[in-house]
Amino acid sequence: MKYDVIIGCEVHVQLLTRSKAFCSCPNNFGGAPNSRVCPRCLGLPGSLPVPNRDMISSAIKAGLALHCKIAELTKFDRKNYMYPDLPKAYQISQFDMPVCAGGYLEVTADGQSRKIGIIRVHMEEDAGKNIHAQGGLNMSYVDYNRAGTPLLEIVSEPDIRSAEEAVNYVQSLREIMRFLDVSDCNMEEGSLRCDANINLWIYEDEKRFATPIVEVKNMNSFKAMKSALEYEAERQLDEWREKHLTLQAVGKTTRGWNDDRGETVLQRMKEEAADYRYFPEPDIKPISISQNLIKQIKQSIPELPEQKRGRFVQDYGIAQEAAEALTQSKALCDYFEEAARGYQEPKRIANWILSEVKKLLNEKQMSIEQFPVPARQVTELLRIVDAGTISGKIAKDVFAEMAASRKSAAELVETKGLAQISDTGELEDVVEKIIRENPSTVADFKAGKQKALQHLMGQIMNATKGKANPQVTIRLIKAKISGN
Amino acid sequence: MRDLTLCGLKQALENRTYTSAEIVGAYREAYSQDRSHAKPLNAYIEFFADSLDHAREADALREQGKGGLLNGLPLAVKDNIMIRGKEATCASRILKGFTAPYSATVIERLQAQGALFLGRTNMDEFAMGSSCEYSCYGPARNPVNRDYAPGGSSGGSACAVAARLAPCALGSDTGGSVRLPASFCGIYGLKPSYGTLSRYGLIAYGSSLDQIGILARSPEDIALVLQAAAGVDPKDGTSAETAFPDLYPLAPLEFKGRKIALVKEFTEKGVDSEVHEITKRFAGWLKKQGAEVVDISLPVLHYAVPCYYIIAPAEASSNLARFDGVQYGYRDEAAHSLEEMYVSTRTKGFGTEVKRRVFIGNYVLSSGYYDAYYKKAQAVRSLLSRECQKLFTDIDFMLSPTAPVPPFPLGSKVDDPLAMYATDMCTTFANLTGLPALSLPAAMTKSGLPVGVQLTGAMFSERSILQAALSWRKSGESI
Repeated sequence: MKYDVIIGCEVHVQLLTRSKAFCSCPNNFGGAPNSRVCPRCLGLPGSLPVPNRDMISSAIKAGLALHCKIAELTKFDRKNYMYPDLPKAYQISQFDMPVCAGGYLEVTADGQSRKIGIIRVHMEEDAGKNIHAQGGLNMSYVDYNRAGTPLLEIVSEPDIRSAEEAVNYVQSLREIMRFLDVSDCNMEEGSLRCDANINLWIYEDEKRFATPIVEVKNMNSFKAMKSALEYEAERQLDEWREKHLTLQAVGKTTRGWNDDRGETVLQRMKEEAADYRYFPEPDIKPISISQNLIKQIKQSIPELPEQKRGRFVQDYGIAQEAAEALTQSKALCDYFEEAARGYQEPKRIANWILSEVKKLLNEKQMSIEQFPVPARQVTELLRIVDAGTISGKIAKDVFAEMAASRKSAAELVETKGLAQISDTGELEDVVEKIIRENPSTVADFKAGKQKALQHLMGQIMNATKGKANPQVTIRLIKAKISGN
Repeated sequence: MRDLTLCGLKQALENRTYTSAEIVGAYREAYSQDRSHAKPLNAYIEFFADSLDHAREADALREQGKGGLLNGLPLAVKDNIMIRGKEATCASRILKGFTAPYSATVIERLQAQGALFLGRTNMDEFAMGSSCEYSCYGPARNPVNRDYAPGGSSGGSACAVAARLAPCALGSDTGGSVRLPASFCGIYGLKPSYGTLSRYGLIAYGSSLDQIGILARSPEDIALVLQAAAGVDPKDGTSAETAFPDLYPLAPLEFKGRKIALVKEFTEKGVDSEVHEITKRFAGWLKKQGAEVVDISLPVLHYAVPCYYIIAPAEASSNLARFDGVQYGYRDEAAHSLEEMYVSTRTKGFGTEVKRRVFIGNYVLSSGYYDAYYKKAQAVRSLLSRECQKLFTDIDFMLSPTAPVPPFPLGSKVDDPLAMYATDMCTTFANLTGLPALSLPAAMTKSGLPVGVQLTGAMFSERSILQAALSWRKSGESI
């Protein structure tokens, strides 16, 4: 049976503004329960919301990066529903005049790049958190620290065609938000949350049938997202084979992903869908966005990963895969570019960062921002290698030492006496001694056994504690043996 | 002493005729006396025990030659405006025991000028009502005739001022709630232009319509308080940039060259003949002062009340949803589940009229009804605003009755919501358009009840409205 998987994503990202969306409480993660609250975010009687300018700028910035049209006039609306974590019993959101609309995001899946349409980007406030007492206590508490935190909701067109593509879409989105410094998009901390709408288009009897749309919630990691959407596509296919249910007949339902059981579970039928009674938020005047402001924000947008990748391949001559690996974070890009500045072989810098730097970062569980070795030190170290002062192998040890001691490459090579012995006079004595002590190996070498040379080299390296310049040493061995 | 206006008391304080402590003492004494009356006015829900302390502090400041514009002057405050540390209950069971953790901006500004507060005044629950009878503390009475309603919803404020239990009071006006009780009690009541007085700390009813208003026995008193409290507030994004830095002392208005429109829609059908007669007489006085009075018709005004009774309940249904027993106020502790707690708390916590408006509001916002009600009402509102704006390019004031009827006996309308809503006939349009409007005491009916007329002006024309009212007060024809 021929069919297409149709997926649209609703992504919420928490903005990194200094204060909350409609009050001046600090916008941080964590803290003692109800330690970051005020009359406004508690929705106390008489309090009024005043929109945070930085939230609006961040939304515009995100919208521009997603190729959206920015509204000249935008407004907030109230989404009404009652729940203890929602202090005003309505969420300030945007309904019919979102700040940004009509953009796209380029996503690569299966080696193929496609444009995924963005329907809208809008601003809203987050709710608090209900905490249910443990140990059989019949009590619940509410922590309002998160209440009023600014969010962007980014809604895609149903343009996504596979679970893999959906994951890549959200990952690309995360990458962009991070580059823009708009959100840290941490799925574990909940600063990036994704729901997906999924159904199938089934082609049968030269007709196209749409299966009922399912909104999948509770996908708390990329892995969960991929499994959930793959599972759901399967499930819908089975359901189609069994019952032939169409979208027209059933409408939209909500299912939650259960990670432990590896399945989606029905949460809500269409009939149970809430009526949010949206209406314009009377406490906040509509906001006009000037062309001037848009221009200003546009200028503040840094080069985005997509553009950076192209430039790295083009200008530095590094491989596409290396470029992709480097553009995972803005800080890593900056580190690379700083190190590559003025160095004749940027490819080697890239390789060094992707192998040695990454290895140390993994070992020490730190981010590139916390990495103690300045980028220019990478350049210096490679230059020392290029000069033949130390070998590439020694350089790796030196680098680890640099990260541990925060000393410079030159300093370490100097103080530890790591410089290679390239001086022929000094090496000659060692080579002669080894040749003398290993007559059988020399005979093997003369008989054409390549292994014999390696054996001799090993002996010499042992004797010089690895400091013998390999090229010089080989030349000397060959000269001494044939000269005999 | 209690016969003095707020400005009169200001003079008396400055001339050292009285101390603030003496003034507050006199009001407290009058309040106590009224409590032992066979039919107490019930103007105050609470008379603040610490008001005398604040009076003494103000007196001490004065001795040092310090103190602001309102130093030592007492005001009464409607129970929906928050004063830090005091209860603020909106005369509702659901908020009984709720102590304000912060002060409204208007309260802070008045305090910064040295004002002190006598107590919080009775009102219709959540400011929903036109008679001050929908209060969980029982109705306030009209001091002119205690068997009559003082009007609402700021009935306690109007009653306190008219009965000389306070020289001046703050109220709130969402559809006429300052002007109607001012009219019924025979005093002045101003609803400023939307945005003039910060709404921060005013417990919301209809956010796009709510304005704090001022009730007093003289337009000058209103000018004094308005000057101290007006001006943009960063805590209220809908507050206006307009301030009134030099409103006090107020001069009378020169009526020559002024054009005043008498609106047909507010003078014929549905208007009591005596009220109509009084309004006509007031128009005659305006002409005598040299103003040009023209008859105009603005048919869209017919839709103001229906429009108001869609938009206000819609906003109220959302604004009042937070009273759910979770964070503050009343909670039915007997409830066993979240839903039960919501339903039971709100069923027991809200009065009938509040529930009625919450139902209406939720209904008009529901999907399937939104377009027919809320959206249409918004369209009417826009039209009304445009028409009024156009009208005020040509005229200075609009004249109308404040209420279509004279004060009515307590209990006569409480069970007839439509009759109650109809009393808002001439007032709601000012809230829908944001225009400033003032009720001034025009005359007494043959049966001795006060009737007010309403002057409405262009946005932020408070000064000339108050000046016109001052001319009336000084003319000696005022009641």
